[in-house]
Amino acid sequence: MGVDVKFFASMRDIIGDDCEIDAEILKAKSIKNVDDIWNYCAAGKERPANVLIAVNMDYVDAETLVKEGDEVAFFPPVTGG
Amino acid sequence: MKILIDSEPFDPWKVLDEYQKDKADLAGQYGATTVFVGTMRDFNEGDDVSEMFLEHYPGMTERHLENICLQATGEYQLLDSLVVHRVGTIKPNEPIVLVAVWTAHRKQAFEACREIMEDLKSKAPFWKKEQLNDAQDRWVEKNTRGY
Repeated sequence: MGVDVKFFASMRDIIGDDCEIDAEILKAKSIKNVDDIWNYCAAGKERPANVLIAVNMDYVDAETLVKEGDEVAFFPPVTGG
Repeated sequence: MKILIDSEPFDPWKVLDEYQKDKADLAGQYGATTVFVGTMRDFNEGDDVSEMFLEHYPGMTERHLENICLQATGEYQLLDSLVVHRVGTIKPNEPIVLVAVWTAHRKQAFEACREIMEDLKSKAPFWKKEQLNDAQDRWVEKNTRGY
């Protein structure tokens, strides 16, 4: 069990499809927080200042720690309604 | 309280009528009902828009809409609330969102309906992609201010 990473709307256009980071990679790459997740998945692309982040469907900031089994999502400002 | 994410076109007035008929236990308790219906325009930011795709984050969307309604229920003493939101491909003039609240008095009803709608627009994870008449498409970057 690793960490599921999801990208929505324009974030998916920038970064690509959803992915799973398995437990061995989390340990090998010292991935501890949301910022580390972005850096691993985005392969050098800068995180947009207005990107919103959720862990397990709750809004968080980039310093939030992640653990095996978590679901992390990156998406642009919401535009429903 | 009911939250519904709908991938098919819906008639807000029919939905409202059916929902209220099922709430016979509330009859006599509410003195005010406010309803907001958001409908797709055929223009935005100076461009003609032929259709729109509404994406959402399944699970998180429902959770946040539920939280928004629960918060409003506590703050405004709502007797009941209903939120229906479209996803998928939407054509101009089709309803996008329905918000309805039932309260004892009008002040709470007006304020709660507006607050739920504004919270929905700033917190619920939906995203619009517009298809323009010249075949180009674009993500909507931000919502217009409601206040």
